Amino acid sequence: MAMIEFKNVSKWYGKFQVLKDCTTNVEKGEVIVVCGPSGSGKSTLIKCVNGLEPFQQGELMVNGQSVGSKETNLPKLRAKIGMVFQNFELFPHMSVIANLNLAQVKVLGRSEAEATEKSRALLTRVGLIDHAPKFPGQLSGGQQQRVAIARALAMDPIAMLFDEPTSALDPEMINEVLDVMVELAQEGMTMMVVTHEMGFARKVANRVIFMDRGEIVDDASKDDFFGTTRSERVQLFLSKILHH
Amino acid sequence: MDFSFLSEPAFSGGGTYFDWVLTGIKWTMLVSLCAWVIAFTVGSVLGILRTTNVIWLRGPATAYVELFRNIPLLVHMFIWYFVMPEMVPKALGTWMKTGMPMPEFWSAVFALGFYTASRVAEQVRSGIQSIPRGQTNAALATGLTMPQVYRHVLLPMGYRIVVPPLTSEFLTIFKNSSVALTIGVLELTAQARTISEYTFRTFEIFTLATVVYVVITLAVVVLMQYVETRIRVPGYIGTGR
Amino acid sequence: MFTGFDFDVIQRSLPYLWQGMQFTLGLTLLAMASGIVLGTLLALMRLSGIKAMSVPAAGYVNLLRSTPAILVIFWFYFLVPIAIKHISGDSYAQGIGPFHSALIAFTMFEAAYYCEIIRAGIQSVPAGQVNAAYALGLNYWQATLQIVLPQAFRNMVPILLTQSIILFQDTSLVYVVGLTDFMGAASKVAQRDGRLVEMYLFAALVYFILCFIGSYFVKRLQQRITPPR
Repeated sequence: MAMIEFKNVSKWYGKFQVLKDCTTNVEKGEVIVVCGPSGSGKSTLIKCVNGLEPFQQGELMVNGQSVGSKETNLPKLRAKIGMVFQNFELFPHMSVIANLNLAQVKVLGRSEAEATEKSRALLTRVGLIDHAPKFPGQLSGGQQQRVAIARALAMDPIAMLFDEPTSALDPEMINEVLDVMVELAQEGMTMMVVTHEMGFARKVANRVIFMDRGEIVDDASKDDFFGTTRSERVQLFLSKILHH
Repeated sequence: MDFSFLSEPAFSGGGTYFDWVLTGIKWTMLVSLCAWVIAFTVGSVLGILRTTNVIWLRGPATAYVELFRNIPLLVHMFIWYFVMPEMVPKALGTWMKTGMPMPEFWSAVFALGFYTASRVAEQVRSGIQSIPRGQTNAALATGLTMPQVYRHVLLPMGYRIVVPPLTSEFLTIFKNSSVALTIGVLELTAQARTISEYTFRTFEIFTLATVVYVVITLAVVVLMQYVETRIRVPGYIGTGR
Repeated sequence: MFTGFDFDVIQRSLPYLWQGMQFTLGLTLLAMASGIVLGTLLALMRLSGIKAMSVPAAGYVNLLRSTPAILVIFWFYFLVPIAIKHISGDSYAQGIGPFHSALIAFTMFEAAYYCEIIRAGIQSVPAGQVNAAYALGLNYWQATLQIVLPQAFRNMVPILLTQSIILFQDTSLVYVVGLTDFMGAASKVAQRDGRLVEMYLFAALVYFILCFIGSYFVKRLQQRITPPR
């Protein structure tokens, strides 16, 4: 059974169709990179996985549970799926450590001490333990995004979603975030990553999904994707993003 | 300007005219503070309801805000004071007219409180809505339920954002408390007018009343600036990024 | 619930109420027009960078904004006749009538609020616009009138109109000096015929309908001015 399974998922904003009949799956331990031009629906696609974006047609199974079903306890499902956002979305009024503790205590029911221990271990891992008492606004973008990854990991997720995790970062900070992500991938974390960082894709992706105008145009193994037999649209897109 | 009339014995009541001024300040403060309790609590609840996407919570809250803020405060005063006793069951109405202690005061408090609640609701709503949607998404993504998202993320940030506009709403309530004189509450402006009628020291007494309003306004502003620095989030500037 | 009430009283007094409404509308529109002009001048003074202008303007605005409207009305009812006698040098000079006293009071009062709106509007025009105007050789008044204010007002119109709806509601406070605006007329009928419930509910309804329609159009206008994000 695949960890994440899209079956003919379609979504509309009013009359505008943002997802057209999307079908794909993510196996346990796989790293899938989703790319495509802006407005192609890639962010919407991964936000469907944890139910942040509802969809109108099709079926989406995550860890054996149907996301679209009314019976599914979404908070419970979301607690198992980590997510990292383009704009980090740390809670600005809480210290770094409190950001990591919040859901551990409120959702998983861990004690404050347990949560803090876990949080400190993860902050050490992303190299930010010295910043634990600071507030998000006092950190650089790259540091904030590493905290956000640690916050997601604190929930012991079975899979991680990344929504353009480096596109709001200054160029010199991109690598510190990518390094953490590569390490995660190499440890066997199941990951679905929306990104234009093709270097990351080449290094750790199992498959690359290319989207355009709400459709999955291409869904291929990494080697095939970066090979020579791609469609014109993909070629054009790749040449654009690889040459700047 | 000659303020010596303030120490003269007043026309009635046994004290001096200065005592009248003090009484006026007392009622202005009492009406303002009691009305603020209503405005803040009712306004907060309404404002929060207006940000939910549950139509049967949002709809009535929106209707309240539209109804209350589109009718002048003076009319609110008259309705609470003159109309309410006729609209409630007869026994209660009779009690409101004859038995209720300080009917002018309580009518003024309710009128001012429920009127200002509609303005507070708008401030709370726009404060919460100014928080980027991504914050809610991030909180939901960690598995928090919607009530938890409000409790731990939206409200703590939202209330920090609305401190300045709520300060100005409080100052508005404080100034608007003078409308209570139309139903007979002897607050500061009413006392100033009465004293001017008895002493003809209009210029002096109006100046004194104005100075009192300005001084209290300044005091509130300074206090709230202190509160703002106390609750300021380190490294966080404004509401956008 | 409404047994024993006499809603005919409204119909009987409609002509009188209409007179009151004309007073209210006239006062609102004139105070709005003159308040915006005075408010613009105050805003330009506050932003002038010349201490002798900005300090008095700021003092005036802050003073008026921390004083209740009713006290301001009392102030001008007291001051306007004195000023007229002083200016004309005739201690028996006639007043200028209650309508004009009210108009002056509301103009002076609302100008302080308009000033702050207009100041924010002017500040929202990028400094580069002023620099570009000066670079073309325009002087201060040309740059202000041709370049800055048109752009500023475009952004401010909805907020100025919202403030004017508040002004429309505030004019009911002339009740405290016994003038017969719409609310004054309603309350006089209410007292005369002992029909408080009917008249005050009717007044509330009329104010609500007018203000609701007004704010609806302001909202529509705002949506047209600010492109959706």
